[in-house]
Amino acid sequence: MRVLLRNPRRELQIDGARTVRNLLGELGLDRESHLVIRNGTLVPGDERLEDADTVEIRPVISGG
Amino acid sequence: MSKCRVCREPAVIDLPRHNANFCGEHLQQLCRRQVEKAIADHDMLRPGDRVLVAVSGGKDSLALWDLLRELGYDADGLYIGLGIGTYSTESGEYARAFASDRGLKLHEIDLRDAHGYDVPTAARATRRVPCSACGLSKRHLFDTAARDGGYDAVATGHNLDDEAAVLLGNTLRWDVEYLARQYPVLPAGEGFPRKVKPLVRLTERETAAWCIVRRIDYQVEECPMAAGNRHLGYKATLNEMEARSPGAKATFYLSFLERMAPQLAEHRASEVAALSACAHCGAPTTGEVCAFCRLVEVASAHEPVPVELLARSGRR
Repeated sequence: MRVLLRNPRRELQIDGARTVRNLLGELGLDRESHLVIRNGTLVPGDERLEDADTVEIRPVISGG
Repeated sequence: MSKCRVCREPAVIDLPRHNANFCGEHLQQLCRRQVEKAIADHDMLRPGDRVLVAVSGGKDSLALWDLLRELGYDADGLYIGLGIGTYSTESGEYARAFASDRGLKLHEIDLRDAHGYDVPTAARATRRVPCSACGLSKRHLFDTAARDGGYDAVATGHNLDDEAAVLLGNTLRWDVEYLARQYPVLPAGEGFPRKVKPLVRLTERETAAWCIVRRIDYQVEECPMAAGNRHLGYKATLNEMEARSPGAKATFYLSFLERMAPQLAEHRASEVAALSACAHCGAPTTGEVCAFCRLVEVASAHEPVPVELLARSGRR
């Protein structure tokens, strides 16, 4: 699957289906600080992501 | 697949602190109710109030503006151009697009055009962290704009994470003066509009989710001046606690409001009473000249400093 990361903006290719929660865990990203969006729609932690998906992992923490 | 706690349709978000999942529609309902409760619990706003929303182009301020309009408040926006390179250019574009798409009134002030400086230059001129000059400038300009525009209140997008992080910092220092000031509504005083923080019961994950389900395009990029600041460190610490104990942030902050803030109320009142008018601009101040006028004098006399130069110097 194509995984878009922000701050800084970058892209990863990750093979194999997995849940949102597992994807965040493998990337060392905590759930409270991120949302995952697939094709413009939010997806919860137990959603299964497939190889054909494009997902954005969006950080939600602001420093101001 | 997880289901919405309310309607059993597929969920779009899991919220461990509520031990529940929600679909887009019921996530919005939750957010609206949390904001209504914050407003009611702290008597922040009344029907008919004219509200000036501090708009940055980020998720919190745009969610706040959207929520206040949803709840029927007469809310206009004010965007301040801080001069932080392309970050500021883009943030202004998000704020303007949100307002024009919805037919809302957005006021704008550009720091350099109106006062002869920008945030990177102010930071260098004062030899202080950029967030200090930024916060001081915004507080003064929002207060002044609200007073001059006849608004009843200034609403800012501070969320539960922001307030919990500030509370952690203030508590670690046992800074009683700052703790006394940390309240989600500050009443109007002489020269001060009422200031309200209607998002204090929502985490920033929830305000971001509100924007996504409402199709609000906001600036995701972080301010280059804020990267690595102490506030972010406190947030990371609190989120580690939250992961182990969902609801810990809300308990920490909301219990402070319920149990500790009432004991600090007297301290807060005496501080307001000690203010006088700035000799230059008339704003309330504890000295002869207010901090903003002193900042303008120093920063506007300094040669402009590009944001890249400040970022390289490592000063945050």
